[in-house]
Amino acid sequence: MSDHDLPLILGIETSCDETGVGLVRGCELLGESVASSVEQHVRFGGVVPEVASRAHLEAMTPTVHRALDSAGVKLTDVDAIAVTAGPGLAGALLVGVSAAKAYAMALDKPLYGVNHLVGHVAVDQLEHGPLPKPAIALLVSGGHTSLLLVNDLATDVVSLGDTVDDAAGEAYDKVARLLDLPYPGGPPIDRAAQQGDPKSIRFPRGKWGDGTYDFSFSGLKTAVARHVEDADRRGEPLVVADIAAAFQDAVVDVLTRKAVDACVEHGVSTLVISGGVAANSALRALAEQRCLEAGVTLRVPRPKLCTDNGAMIAALGAEVVAAGLPPSEPDLATDTSLPVESPLAR
Amino acid sequence: MLLLAFDTATPAVTAAIGESGADGAFTLRASASSVDARRHGELLSPTIRRLTGEAGVALADLDAVAVGIGPGPYTGLRVGLATAHALADALGIPCHGVTTLDALAFATGRTEPFVAMTDARRKEVFWARYDDRLTRVGEVAVDRPADLDTGGLPLVGDGARMYADVFGAAAAAPEPVHPDAAALAELALHRLHAGQSLPAPEPLYLRRPDAVVPGAPKKVRQWVK
Repeated sequence: MSDHDLPLILGIETSCDETGVGLVRGCELLGESVASSVEQHVRFGGVVPEVASRAHLEAMTPTVHRALDSAGVKLTDVDAIAVTAGPGLAGALLVGVSAAKAYAMALDKPLYGVNHLVGHVAVDQLEHGPLPKPAIALLVSGGHTSLLLVNDLATDVVSLGDTVDDAAGEAYDKVARLLDLPYPGGPPIDRAAQQGDPKSIRFPRGKWGDGTYDFSFSGLKTAVARHVEDADRRGEPLVVADIAAAFQDAVVDVLTRKAVDACVEHGVSTLVISGGVAANSALRALAEQRCLEAGVTLRVPRPKLCTDNGAMIAALGAEVVAAGLPPSEPDLATDTSLPVESPLAR
Repeated sequence: MLLLAFDTATPAVTAAIGESGADGAFTLRASASSVDARRHGELLSPTIRRLTGEAGVALADLDAVAVGIGPGPYTGLRVGLATAHALADALGIPCHGVTTLDALAFATGRTEPFVAMTDARRKEVFWARYDDRLTRVGEVAVDRPADLDTGGLPLVGDGARMYADVFGAAAAAPEPVHPDAAALAELALHRLHAGQSLPAPEPLYLRRPDAVVPGAPKKVRQWVK
């Protein structure tokens, strides 16, 4: 069956500060649109849930229509609707789920409440085709740092490890603030680090070699803060590029080491890295090097698909529909901590 | 005109299907309400599905949607608005707003002045003054119960019930405490038939989001950039 014969899935994503809508058939991305409220959060140094929720409500139907236009399809062409049921911010999720239920009801089409984290993995199929089974996935964003064993996107995802405190992207935001760099912290730290020496300062690698696939970044953030305070006390100037490079080196070292170790231990030959932090140049470079050494194929979606978007939810929706799973019930609830083992919420 | 109406701006999830004839006469086709402040998102859509069955109509038969625009606790309020926007969008029909307190006031049937109020949380109430069930005087506001001037008028709504100790005898008969979509539908159809405009289906928040802009770093450091 060619993708053209497959059902047309409309995906809706509102778990954080991006209102995303995408249209997908099988592994083909037909069109998508994202409205971001990030500019409204900058002055607060982080996402303000109420601000994000208000923006979602305003952006929801216009974003649906921009996505439909970009795909060249009509609302009535849609065969099924997928929506992020969790994990995410409660009030933000509820806007997308409410809209999705209403669209499904009015169009008389099935509704699938799906998992945001698994969507980040599924989106890679839109860029690189069907994902080999099994695959290991590393999700790194402002809200999540998870290592997953993906046996089947729709039915069998196993969590191998997670951050025990801050998400990797959250650590970037907090360190950026310490270094007087703008929010969100990922891009400016990545840029500053290009000119720095990653070996100039040795920052701690949280949960390094502890025998788990868990991560920890709050100790690293504190170590950067200590370093800055100590330099202040001694009246020494702070070399932003070196601190950024050394911090980034500590983050990507642990992330890539544990991800590649998981591939080797589970005999898996494909690693997917996704989420907003997957756009980071140091993470990509080190992952490429270590995957090459370990004989693992690395798949990283293009940056636009790595950050939150509706296409990833449509991509997972397409998998769930193809697997023949029953739709979610009309009383589908949002779940702010939906476990990754549940690609589909009931 | 066949209208679907609902409101999620209070602890009640209330929905109704109503119809107005050529003479403006109102007929309620079906309605349902449940009070559960934490499950608006779960309850609204199944309630609408059930009502269409009871009324024997399809969503495609609807001529318009009317939704309560609050004021009310924001997370629940947005469930109704997001649902209304998407339904009207997919069905290609108009979406109208109705101030939730106006629907509550209309349901009282009162012909003398009164004040309607709902819970605004944080020890405050959303409130407005009415000359009669159809006539609001001034804008909707949010205040602490002890700070607002009710002019000695009788008080209705959940806000009056909750703060009966502050308001005393004026809050002796606060019913109805929650809005009912049957009244919301009738009010919307009444206004539309009379050629009056209804508010846009946009939320009445009345407060800015709670968020504090972080202070500047304490020290001026010597950055080498």
